[in-house]
Amino acid sequence: MTLQQTPLNVRHRELGAKMVDFGGWDMPLHYGSQIDEHHIVRRAAGMFDVSHMTVVDLSGARCREFLRMLLANNVDKLKVGGKALYTCMLNERGGVIDDLIVYFLREDGFRLIVNAATRAKDLAWIRAQASAFEVGVAERSELAMVAVQGPRARAAVESLLSADGRAAAAALSRFAAVESDGLFIARTGYTGEDGYEIVVQSDRVPAFWNALLDAGVRPCGLGARDTLRLEAGMNLYGQDMDEDTSPLEANLAWTVAFDPPGRVFIGRAALEAQRAAGVARVLVGLVMDEKGVLRHGQRVLTAAGDGEILSGTFSPTLGKAIALARVPAAAATDASAQVDIRGKLVPVRLVKPVFVREGKAV
Amino acid sequence: MSVTAGCESLAARHDANTCKQHEHPLCYPDTPFQRISTAMSEIPGDLRFMKSHEWARKEGDGTVTVGISDHAQGLLGDLVYVELPSVGDRVEAGSGCAVVESVKAASDVYSPMTGTVVRVNQALADKPETVNEDAFGEGWIFVLRPDDATEYEELLDPDAYQELVDQT
Repeated sequence: MTLQQTPLNVRHRELGAKMVDFGGWDMPLHYGSQIDEHHIVRRAAGMFDVSHMTVVDLSGARCREFLRMLLANNVDKLKVGGKALYTCMLNERGGVIDDLIVYFLREDGFRLIVNAATRAKDLAWIRAQASAFEVGVAERSELAMVAVQGPRARAAVESLLSADGRAAAAALSRFAAVESDGLFIARTGYTGEDGYEIVVQSDRVPAFWNALLDAGVRPCGLGARDTLRLEAGMNLYGQDMDEDTSPLEANLAWTVAFDPPGRVFIGRAALEAQRAAGVARVLVGLVMDEKGVLRHGQRVLTAAGDGEILSGTFSPTLGKAIALARVPAAAATDASAQVDIRGKLVPVRLVKPVFVREGKAV
Repeated sequence: MSVTAGCESLAARHDANTCKQHEHPLCYPDTPFQRISTAMSEIPGDLRFMKSHEWARKEGDGTVTVGISDHAQGLLGDLVYVELPSVGDRVEAGSGCAVVESVKAASDVYSPMTGTVVRVNQALADKPETVNEDAFGEGWIFVLRPDDATEYEELLDPDAYQELVDQT
């Protein structure tokens, strides 16, 4: 199988990246040290090529009506142009087809940014639902995307913009975007740090990347992206939730808008039934004070029965292993549990699934 | 050395199709050993190797020092934990006796020879990254006293090991 390449592929190799096949894309895992890259984002500014992610533009007078039905969060929260919303897209069983960010551009134009590995099924699902609303669905594969993250990220990006662009970007509130200098600049991210995610024409992205390098932003690979998002307690699609998991079981109840009660969205009936019956499994955070590393698939032993680790890693910021785990709901308020690591039962603490925010341990 | 855990959906099952469902940086449909090529540092001439990337060096007192190769540490990435054997442990050629864990994956370290552990590199408990920085030197893992010194001759010489690495 030929791997897909982003427009920055050659640049990654020139910068010494270790490349990996990531869901069919040839992507940088790290440029030398994953842990150094992690710290750079917590302490200064790092950038990630996330051009493999899928940008989908919706058009038509009935966009908002369509999205009210398609998404579990309520797009009516988006009142001002440029504002963004994190949401799940559910199947009829209440399972998560994908998690995504929806941006309100104009009343007849919304932008979705969805995961790379779910691209084909997402597009098929969105198109199938959109036809009844006469909403156009356009994949923007000619666009690239760079995430610039860290306490110095915004200043570095702003230093490259025109005076107007700089003013517009600096004025952005969190989870809002603006189009300026031919860029789509969003104050969003997947690291728990402030920063921007910037959508740019593919032919312009190499020059943009080089300008960021010159501005002191360090390239970071998908390895650091994973440890950063996990420290921030952000779910990874396919690992922390999937089509057989509801948002209520994935610590994503906050993204489901049950109000107003009259809004019919796909999966609503299933979620209401689950809520009424009581959610059997919940997502919690684990911290291990002993040496070692928590990993996906390890068994979690609680007084209320077994659970399992969904995402586990070594947290470079805390210097110990952390994990997201799904456990029986009755165990969620326990203070501790045990994890089976190669046959040895190791104690772990149960915590809220957020470990680090803006560089500081939570 | 073999990867025993990482993104288990891959490492345990090597199921590329399942992994394509994952938006996971460490989940890719080949083993890391096949995927990643890396610039090699010079392999010291006095070492012998296992196909599984452990090195062994015969010392003047008849003991044998064991570590993992520079190639192997490069594949694993930043090490964050080393589970050492205990002094006095009996180890068998080809069986797991230590574990090295990187952010990415956990790997068993196999003993190149049968014998008794006489020393372990306790410094790795606090500084596992030493293996990344100096795999053939300060990053040694343990020292064993072999039952049968001739087992050493069955290991790969540096040229044969380099050839193995070049093929992958």
